[in-house]
Amino acid sequence: MSGTETISQARPVESFQSLEDRRVEFPVLNQKVHGCDLVYFDNAATTQKPRRVIDALTYYYEHDNANVHRGIHELSNRASSAYENTRVRAAKFLNARSADEIIFTRGTTEGINLVAQSWGGKFIKAGDKILLTEMEHHSNIVPWQLLAARTGAQLVYLPVTGDRGLLDLSRIDEWLTRDIKLFAMTHISNTLGTVNPVTELCAKARKLGVTTLVDAAQSAGHRKVDVQEIGCDFLVLSSHKMCGPTGVGILYGRLDVLEQTPPYQGGGDMISSVDFFNSTWNKVPHKFEAGTPNIADVIAFGTALDYLDEVGREKIAEHDIELSAYCYAQLAKLPGVRLFGPETGRAGLVSFLLKDVHAHDVVMMADQAGVALRGGHHCNQPLMRKLGVESTARASFYFYNTTAEVDRLIEVLREIQRFFGTV
Amino acid sequence: MFDDLNDLYQQVILDHSKSPRNFFKLEVANRVAEGRNPLCGDQVTVYSLVENEVVREISWQGSGCAISKASASIMTDALKGKTAEQAKELFRNFHDLITTGSSDSKDLNKLAAFGGVNKYPARVKCAILPWHAALATLDGKANIVSTE
Ligand SMILES: Cc1ncc(COP(=O)(O)O)c(C=O)c1O
Repeated sequence: MSGTETISQARPVESFQSLEDRRVEFPVLNQKVHGCDLVYFDNAATTQKPRRVIDALTYYYEHDNANVHRGIHELSNRASSAYENTRVRAAKFLNARSADEIIFTRGTTEGINLVAQSWGGKFIKAGDKILLTEMEHHSNIVPWQLLAARTGAQLVYLPVTGDRGLLDLSRIDEWLTRDIKLFAMTHISNTLGTVNPVTELCAKARKLGVTTLVDAAQSAGHRKVDVQEIGCDFLVLSSHKMCGPTGVGILYGRLDVLEQTPPYQGGGDMISSVDFFNSTWNKVPHKFEAGTPNIADVIAFGTALDYLDEVGREKIAEHDIELSAYCYAQLAKLPGVRLFGPETGRAGLVSFLLKDVHAHDVVMMADQAGVALRGGHHCNQPLMRKLGVESTARASFYFYNTTAEVDRLIEVLREIQRFFGTV
Repeated sequence: MFDDLNDLYQQVILDHSKSPRNFFKLEVANRVAEGRNPLCGDQVTVYSLVENEVVREISWQGSGCAISKASASIMTDALKGKTAEQAKELFRNFHDLITTGSSDSKDLNKLAAFGGVNKYPARVKCAILPWHAALATLDGKANIVSTE
């Protein structure tokens, strides 16, 4: 029997009147920082973990710890089946056709590097074009730059228009053409909060024979992500941005594409037979998982997926939209504020600047008042340059955040403006 | 709400960050160096006219937080007329001050306003960035220096 099944001591769903009531399930949220109640608004960097995910980790190490796919003893059987159950669970979560389409990685970054090295290494040739957007995270730029340098391929960027931060889709046909080999795009921008129409973009790409990769790092824990509906060839995400532990991610790949893709790293588990000079590869997905995987964190990630489905991804999405719309409207009332990203339809985050107060000072002072923000370039330097700023401050939300916390943020920001004498 | 922060953001620092001194491109400079803090995007370029190992003129341009702007502003005031040796000595004392909260030197003058920085380790880099660039101009190393 797999240990993880026995530990869900979830409170009955009915006892949570609203999403925000679920705060009590997150031990870390219940603390004071610099003497003030913690307001955690850095969820785009990483989300907090509910008690039962933390418990799943402990439970695994206390009861089931063993290596996977190797031993034939009881503990190894438990560990292997809990690990593989998470694969099945993840396939269901993303509506993949098969669990074989789910590859465990260290996170979004590793997923993209895997595709760039293995798929790209085989299919991208000198002169080929790779289409990205101007709002990609560094992790969806640099692996392609490395591939381009190695192969002589060329990178092309779909432009972002103005502070409103939308892709310039009126001219999509100029950029997305038959010349493009791969189109890699983010679902949700971690700086602008823009939600890109990935389903339409992938449909267009498919008609032209262009392979697609969707970066779902900011979306997978916040709304329904259905790989069949989106129709992408690859999709990547990180467990730690969706209530799960760090050090785990998923690369989803369409089975026929994965089968044509050569292995990533060499080692144990990824082979079916090895002699001194040659090896044959294990089948998909094991071909891409060399060495002892991150067993405990993968298993606890499975618990996080169950948890998110219990909370309800549609509800999370609604809550994001409401809270970020509220925050955007409240921020807009501050004198000298500059807001980035779309006015409506934004995901659960807002980037902003206060006139004459640098983002670094804003974030540090907010921290003194217990409010955790992020300041900086958000791993989006090319986009920041285009917007003509070096950094912004960002508040990013999850379902446990409240409008009262947004009010607290606004109060703190007004106080910062008074401190610097800018109002 | 921010009473505790008054020793970090002392009045001198707020003044200099709002109206930075020597904030222009020095046309007669014979040395230029740039400093960057990739973490927060702070960027500073220091221009100096160094003759016979003496800083005749010094200016800076760039952007960053209040601490790094004020540091560049006060530093350029302090370095004018100093020899390379004196500049390095001043930096050693300044470095002591911002990392430990005190310094043996009596000559820090306005630089003493950075005495609160040591309590905020993340801000030490902000205060040091312009100094790295300035010292690079004195060494004749006209490179990009980074605090990372
Ligand atoms: C849009 C986006 N893509 C990729 C990443 C990288 O994720 P990880 O660092 O978990 O690999 C992030 C994380 O900040 C992100 O926001």
